[in-house]
Order: sequence, then structure tokens, then C-alpha cells
Amino acid sequence: MISVRFRGFTWRHAGRRSPAVSDVDLRIEPGERVLLLGPSGSGKSTLLAALAGLLTTDSGDQRGQVLLDGTDAADRRGAAGILFQDPETQLVMARSGDDVAFGLENQAVPTEAIWPRVRHAIETVGFPYPLDHPTHALSGGEQQRLALAGVLARRPGLILLDEPTSNIDPEGADAIRRGLKAALADTSATMVIVEHRISEIIDLIDRVIALDPGGGLLADGPPETVFAAHGPTLADQGVWVPGIPLPTRPGHGAGRPCLRGDRLTKTYPGADRPAVRGIDFTARAGEMLAVTGPNGSGKSTLALLAGGLLKPDLGTATVPGEARPLHRLPAQRLATRVGSVFQDPEHQFVTATVRAELAFAPHAAGWDRDRTDARVSELLERLRLGHLAEANPHTLSGGEARRLSVASALAAAPDALLLDEPTFGQDRRTWSELVDLTAAIRDAGTAVMAVTHDRDFAAALADRELALSAGEVDGEASRC
Amino acid sequence: MLTFAPVCDRDAPIARTNPIAKLFAVVAVSTTALLAADWLTPLLLLAALAVATPFSGVRLGPLTRRLRWLWFAGATVAVVNTVFAAEKTGAELLSFGPLEITADALVDGMALGLRVCVAATAGVLGFATTDPTDLADALTQQLRTSPRFTIGSLAAMRLLPLLSAEWQQITTARRARGMEGGRNPLRRARLFASTMFTLLVGAMRRAGRLAAAMDARGFDSGARRTHARIQRMRPADWLFSACAAAVSAAAVVVSVAYGTFRLLV
Repeated sequence: MISVRFRGFTWRHAGRRSPAVSDVDLRIEPGERVLLLGPSGSGKSTLLAALAGLLTTDSGDQRGQVLLDGTDAADRRGAAGILFQDPETQLVMARSGDDVAFGLENQAVPTEAIWPRVRHAIETVGFPYPLDHPTHALSGGEQQRLALAGVLARRPGLILLDEPTSNIDPEGADAIRRGLKAALADTSATMVIVEHRISEIIDLIDRVIALDPGGGLLADGPPETVFAAHGPTLADQGVWVPGIPLPTRPGHGAGRPCLRGDRLTKTYPGADRPAVRGIDFTARAGEMLAVTGPNGSGKSTLALLAGGLLKPDLGTATVPGEARPLHRLPAQRLATRVGSVFQDPEHQFVTATVRAELAFAPHAAGWDRDRTDARVSELLERLRLGHLAEANPHTLSGGEARRLSVASALAAAPDALLLDEPTFGQDRRTWSELVDLTAAIRDAGTAVMAVTHDRDFAAALADRELALSAGEVDGEASRC
Repeated sequence: MLTFAPVCDRDAPIARTNPIAKLFAVVAVSTTALLAADWLTPLLLLAALAVATPFSGVRLGPLTRRLRWLWFAGATVAVVNTVFAAEKTGAELLSFGPLEITADALVDGMALGLRVCVAATAGVLGFATTDPTDLADALTQQLRTSPRFTIGSLAAMRLLPLLSAEWQQITTARRARGMEGGRNPLRRARLFASTMFTLLVGAMRRAGRLAAAMDARGFDSGARRTHARIQRMRPADWLFSACAAAVSAAAVVVSVAYGTFRLLV
């Protein structure tokens, strides 16, 4: 059990003008379980990094103090255990057991004591594989559980969790939370967690600290008290406060077909069964078709096939007025027929400014200058990117980058838009923005097809649902 | 997917041999082959490697695939040195315009090509039977290399296979944006450069996050480390190393006795 103390703590990352956090005064008693809240950009991750001793003097400027049991946190690096968002970059070793053992080797635990502790940690988090299972063969959720075991095996007196489930699909996230619950029952360590989805973890915490975006604290106290007093404010800041209803944006009826899939079938090289098999669908103007299903059911493959980005083994994806199937269209033409938005917006950015990004596809499609300029201005306004027109796409915030990736997919005026997990890992504020944005696109007459795990997103917008199971349409669960 | 896992039967005798013993054997055989300028020494070493192959547990298919290009390189060395030999002595075998192949040049060329094949085969056999984790363990424990460098490289290597998947994702995302090389070589080159840039930016970010995760787990904190997996030389490993040294020496001795041996000068 470690006690935490921030004294007038301010941190400015090297090369930034304004501080990431300023004037934080805070005391956390040994064994407390704390949920740390705040809008994106309020410095939650910076505070966790400070506690983990990861802020070094060459990476920024510090004022004030961060103390663990009265000692400077930077001098006690490794005393706390931290779990980050991204599972892929937390694993060090090729075999699962070796990875958990890595932290114990660094701690100079004697060889004969290492393996019992590894086994115990792995059992606690419910990791389902033997110790020599290769880490590259794990799903994101399994990798994250293994990383959690790596944190726990070191028996830290302070456990730090930085949005541990936000990059994980819902089933994987449940398993991580179960592992976390078991682990916390097993230790008396102090815990600080950063998380937007609080209803799922509320029984793990006994105190909520909300950062004020302007500096200092907005609220501090037991969960019920804080949410009763500040619920709506926190919801506006992006926190998924339980009990505050979500918006819905029902459609106004479907129009003509804009995108069709006929018997789409695809088997990846080396796979023992098709990723998708014989899938038919029609996306119509003015409606959203949600594509749902568990991991590995073929949702993302279907999105690639529907977007003309992957060659089907059998079947075709087509749009009216185009004789060739989409996968055979040159890219410049494809972008005028169907727009695709991927999970990672940064992969899609190809130019140096927001304005150029929007002009790219129309220019490639051979639009004249006046038409392109008019389209760019329209999109900048509609997607509220006007003030960012000259900014570099890679410097945008998460929500802005997401808006830009949607705007650039729409730039060459396709009749159909494909979204792959648009709300993945987003806070409530960005989520609501995305619901409004998608509704506006749909109501302007575009056919929207969204691959999503997010039940709330599908419920808010979708008129029809195509549920996949093991690569085929699950008729029972579909609403078509 | 590209991985660095060994492609052999893990219970085969050579696969179970200590990585440092294997490293020693590869160095001994390759150095001997590279120092000898005659044709007999590398030929004998190649025969010895062929005898060792069944004990490595590497199947012939994967071995041939891995050796293909290296042997091709060896053959190229042989051809180039035969055709462009400076001293064209010995019986003339073929003459075609300015092209002239003589017996001595052919023997020397073959000898040079064989040396490359010996080094390549020994190296591939060594790597194909060694798990990178075991090698890193052995290097830090037995040769006392810096864990910061050795384990750091190991962790970075784990991320390499992700790059090919990411390349595919970036290319797909670009097609969606209307960006494709098509048949225009200039546009293809520009697309390649910009995809590579995006890939590198992503790789740098990922490396930074991995380094932070390793720091947070107490890596390179300056304190002493212990080892979860112990690597040391067992009697069988000493025997293996001794065999490798003996085979290298025997090849030289036979070649000297036969009167062909020449040291590379």
C-alpha cells in the first residue's frame, strides 16, 4: 500500500506552450481505490505517468512535487505498476509466461520464486493459455489480460490503470474487468484508474476525483455524491455517467439502393474457413445499415469488400450506374462512388493540411477548381473544421481527427459511406458528436453502412441491422 | 505472418543445444571456410554440414526456401570470379570472343563460391534452430552482454511482424482515399515513399510506447536483474562445440595432406 501526494504539481511537456496539468494538490491514502475523471486533454494520463515515475526531467518542465510514501515518484520508478491503453506495445517477450516473468527479473526476484508468482498472476486474471503460448497469437483483449498479469505479478503497492479497456472489443473488455476484480480482491494496493465507461467499474472504486479543465479539481468524493452533484457537467465533458439518457436519431425512411453486395465470399490465404460466405445486402439512401456480430464474425472483411478495397473470391459489390464491380475500379473513381472510414484515422491522412486533405479526392477525380473549392468550403462548415483548415491532420485531437476522416471520405460526393467501428474507444462527448454527424449525413440522402460493436450507436441510428455469425448472416438476430 | 520463431523440431539434438555453443560452431566453421582459399576445405565443411542437417530437426523444405537466395549469391560469386579472373592460367576450357574460361580460374571461382555457401548454410542452420529468446538469454547470461541492448533488441524484433500488417492497412486506407500507384512509375514511387513515411511515423510512436511500458516494469533501472530461464553449457554443449572445432580442423588437415590447402592472403 502506497500513499500518494501531489503538491502544487504542474507539468509542461517539452515543446508545448501550455502545461498538460497545472496546480494539482491531492492526497490519496494507502489502499484507496480512485477513479480519475476529466475531459480529454485535461492531463489524466500525465498524472498517471508522473505516479509511475515516467516523467523525466528531459521530457518536460515540472513544478511542485509528486510523492509516493513521501519520496519523489521519479526516484521510485517501478514501485507502481501501470497498465496502458494499447495492448500491442506492452508485451515484451514472445512467450506469454516469459512476458509476465520479465517484470520479476527486473525486480531481481530469485529464479525459483519467479514461476510460482507468474502462474498465480496468470490464474488470477483468467488468462486461458499455457505459459509457452506465443504472444503474437493473442487477441487484443487477451494481450491486455496478460499485460495486467505482468503488472500484478510484481505485487506493486500502487496500481495505475490508464483506460485499460478502451482499445478492446466489448467481450474482451468484460474479461479484463473480471480479471481486474479478482486481482483487486487479492491485494490491498492503492489503485488509480482512468476510465470513461464508469458504470462497469463503479463497484471497484470508493472515490472519484474529477479534474477541472481550467486547472485544479472539479470534484472529489464518494461516487454517489460526485455524480449526484456534477453528473450533467461530467457527461458534457465526455464521461459516461450512469443514468443520463443517450440521444437517438431515428431515420426518415429509406430511398433508392446505393450499394449492393451479392453473394460476397472471401477466404484469406492459409485460413481454414471463409471469413465471409455468400453475403447479400443492400444499403439505401437516407438510412443506416448496422453490421454487427462478435469478433471474427467477418464484419471488417465485409466492410473491405463492400468498399471495393478487397477482391472477393466470389460475388460482387456494386453501385448503381457503374458496370464494373467496386474492387475493379481505379482508386480515383472508387472515391467518388463509396467512401470508407477506418478505425485508425491517421492511416488515411495523405496531405499536410486539413484543406488539402478535403480537396484530395475531388482533385484526383478530375473535378474543376471551382467545384472542388465549393465542396471543401461546404464540408469545412458542415463538419465544424473551418477553424482548423490550415492545421496539420496529424496534430488534431481524437474527435477532430475522426470528423476529418469522415469529411475526407465524403469529399468526392459518394452516395454510400462505410464506417468501421466509428465510436471505438471514444468518450461520451465525441460519441454524441458522431451520432449527430452520422444522422446528418444519412438524412442528407447518403446510404450509411456502419460496422459496429456498439449497441448504443446502432440503436441510436440504425433502421436495419445485418448480424453476422461465423462469416454468414445470422437471420435470427438481423432486423432487415 | 513473418515471425522469428525457429522452424524446426524442438526436440532435435541441435535444436536443444545451447545457443552460445551453436554460435561458436557457426563462427568456427564459417571462419575456417572464409580463411581457406582452396576448393577442398569448403567442400569438406559443406559435407559435414550436410551430415549435421538431419540432427538439426529442420525440415528440408523450409531449409531450402531459406537457403535459396544465399546459395544463389554463392553461385554468382563463383561465376563472376571464373569469368573475370585476373590470371587466366591453366587449360583453356571455353573461349567466346573476349570471354575466356580457364581451368584454374574455374577451380578458384568454385572455391570462392563454396565458401559463401558454407557460411550461409551454417548461419541458416544456426538461426533456424535457435529461439531468439533463448539466444538473448544466453548472450546476457553467458557472454554478459548488456541487457539494455540485448533485451531491447528482442522486444523491438517482436514488433517487426506488425509492420507488414500495417503496410497492408495503410495501402488499403489510401486506396479508399483515391490514392493508388496504377501503372505510372512516378506516382508509384511517390506513393511508396509516402506509405513508408506513414509506416515509420507509426513505428516510432509504437517504439516510444513500448519503451515506456518496459521502463514502467522496472527495466534498465540500474538494479541487478535475475533470470527466469537459465542458460548454461552442459556436457553435451561442450561436446558439440568440440566437434565443431574438430571438424573445422580436420577439414584443414585433410586439405593440407591432399596438397590443395591455401590460406587466403
